[in-house]
Amino acid sequence: MAHRPEAARTWYGTMPVQFRYTPGAAGLRFFQTLKQKGILAATRCEECHRTYLPPRLYCEECFADLDGTWVEVPPRGRVHTFTLVHVDRDGRRLREPEIAAFVRIDGTDGGLVTRLVNLRPADVRIEMQVEAVLLPPRRRRATLDDIVGFAPPGALPARRRRQKI
Amino acid sequence: MAARVVHHKRHGAATRVVAPDAPPRLPMRGKALSDVEFQKTVPTVWWEPQLEYRWDAGAAISRFLTGLKEGKIYGVRCRQCGRTVTPPRAFCELDFKPMDEWVELADTGTINTFSICYITWDMKPLRKPQIPAVVEIDGTVPRVGFLHLIGGVSGTSIAAVRRQVQVGMPVRAVWKPRDRRQGAITDIISFEPLKAKRRRT
Amino acid sequence: MVGAGMSLFVRRALETGKELSYYAAAQALESAGVKRKDIEAVIMATAPDAFDGVHMKGDWLLDGAGGVRKPYMRAYVGGGSGVFSIISGWTLVASGLFDLVLVVGEEKMSSCQPHPQGAFITIFDHIIERPLGPNLLWIFSLEQNRYMSTYGIRNDDIALVSVKNKRNALAHPAAQVAASVTVKEVLASEVVAWPVHRLMVSPVSDGAAAIVLASEQVARRLTDKPVWVQGVGWSLDTSYWGNRDLAYPRYVEKAARMAYEMAGVTEPQKEIHVAEPYDPFAYKELHHLEGLLLSEKGKAPEDLAQGRFERSGPLPSCPSGGLMGVGNPIAAAGVMKLCELFWQLRKEAGARQVPGNPERGVAQAWGDLMQIGTVAVLGTH
Repeated sequence: MAHRPEAARTWYGTMPVQFRYTPGAAGLRFFQTLKQKGILAATRCEECHRTYLPPRLYCEECFADLDGTWVEVPPRGRVHTFTLVHVDRDGRRLREPEIAAFVRIDGTDGGLVTRLVNLRPADVRIEMQVEAVLLPPRRRRATLDDIVGFAPPGALPARRRRQKI
Repeated sequence: MAARVVHHKRHGAATRVVAPDAPPRLPMRGKALSDVEFQKTVPTVWWEPQLEYRWDAGAAISRFLTGLKEGKIYGVRCRQCGRTVTPPRAFCELDFKPMDEWVELADTGTINTFSICYITWDMKPLRKPQIPAVVEIDGTVPRVGFLHLIGGVSGTSIAAVRRQVQVGMPVRAVWKPRDRRQGAITDIISFEPLKAKRRRT
Repeated sequence: MVGAGMSLFVRRALETGKELSYYAAAQALESAGVKRKDIEAVIMATAPDAFDGVHMKGDWLLDGAGGVRKPYMRAYVGGGSGVFSIISGWTLVASGLFDLVLVVGEEKMSSCQPHPQGAFITIFDHIIERPLGPNLLWIFSLEQNRYMSTYGIRNDDIALVSVKNKRNALAHPAAQVAASVTVKEVLASEVVAWPVHRLMVSPVSDGAAAIVLASEQVARRLTDKPVWVQGVGWSLDTSYWGNRDLAYPRYVEKAARMAYEMAGVTEPQKEIHVAEPYDPFAYKELHHLEGLLLSEKGKAPEDLAQGRFERSGPLPSCPSGGLMGVGNPIAAAGVMKLCELFWQLRKEAGARQVPGNPERGVAQAWGDLMQIGTVAVLGTH
């Protein structure tokens, strides 16, 4: 169809959605344990010798129901990998770079994506030991933000300063 | 014969387990949350994504919009299947070839179907209903059309609207004043029922 | 089909989509007497990512659907996904590629706030429809009015579908919105978009359902009552819905003919003994029964009023209770219908069992931009 192409037109719009995510049956217990006891709950499949963290209701391998086999572990482990983040989600430069890391939790086959705190980027080593820095119990809301970050043991400040989250 | 309902206590939250009286005779699981639990007491994560888009209108709709700005409704014609359709498209989706010509259609048509809607998309009530319709545009072959709104209707009750709006009724586009048109579907404010001609006795 | 299972359908579940998928998948495996390690491939039917709010949710649901380290495929054609699921699964087995396939359908619509319509609204053309301020209900109410006008159907006739399905669902353990209602109550319920009343609309739901498919040899080893997939069909019509005949779902007829031909069905009204057409709105069951060639055009309401489609009638339709009674977690709802036919044809549906000796059933779903028909013919032979 021969016609002169019109001036390119675009139309602006949005998708008007917001989301409220439930923690799940397994997730609920994980977050309640974190809030109430400051430790991490995991589920264990004896058949496959696997301890899931974050905990799963089922073994992904043999599909067993794991709702009866919970274990609890202290929130510490090793830095499996890390990176230094300089820009936020919208591409704006961060005032100070953040250390994002995946920490494998001792006693489990899993780990958590988190940030490393109370140390300088230059001091981070893969496999270094770290432990969770938690909000004071009364400020915890049973979400992942109850964990401020992970830090080397002994790197915790003597007096808790207000952490900017 | 009702199913057997068993309540299990699982880590503080009761899980409702329903065992059917027929195979698979295995428990059907799921924990229903109340409004309050969902909004307040169960820890949830809330996120408002910023989903903004800039959609390209494409060659055909761009021209359609230009036509609307001029106060015209355009269609396109395929010589092979003989259809004249609107909204315009660059290619015939049946013969899979470019459309052959642009056709200026009338700005009148007939109501293929309509509805009387009393709520918004996010489920809030409307006092004055919206009357969406599919309007078949005169000049299309076969008769086809697009979505728009019916206007010029008084009253808000279903009965009142249905007295004034019927399937098959002829309608005419009501346009925004020329200087207010932007090249948008809303350059047509609505389609209104054609008034019956006055009879001289 | 050698196994079936499902979760409860609820308005908002604590469980994540993965956990709901697990409930359904684990139950289907158990009912088939097989383990996850025996499964050779997994199909996941799940509709828009925007409902659950998880990008690439088909892949995210993987572990809950038993798909870890297996060939895994997502079946996604909007509301048609629930029956597209078995079509996809069937092609994997019928092609000779796999002998045992798990098919799961999942949806968690409660995540989408303030209402899943916010995601659904993008079904309208962004440029020439959304500026009119549309409501998703318009698509259904406009279609229902055209259907009613074309054939002179009254809203009372349509309300009977709500009555039948909600009542049928009273015997379904997973049902979310089972109820005993009358035509009067349906028509007294709030008009949301005339001619649609609130009690004519299926709910927003969370839930999952699953089935197990096996090749002939494996099926015979696993059970002495396999339910065979005799025919599949699907067809999509133009997405220009203002250019379509809204009074008749031609795309369902095309899909049905494809499935019937494959199944060797020449007289569907006689040879289909039980039907599970898709009923997201009350009028749609009637619309679809006609598209499935189980009623003459415009005559489904009359047939319904005469008792033809009751559970105890000559051609039970939605004996499960359908979406109107059990719930509508989009893709899972279609798989729920497949589960129902599985149980019905094996005479295992308990309180919902249709009488007699049903040997062949048809399941159908609809959706996408409201222009796909997906059909599966299932039978005991």
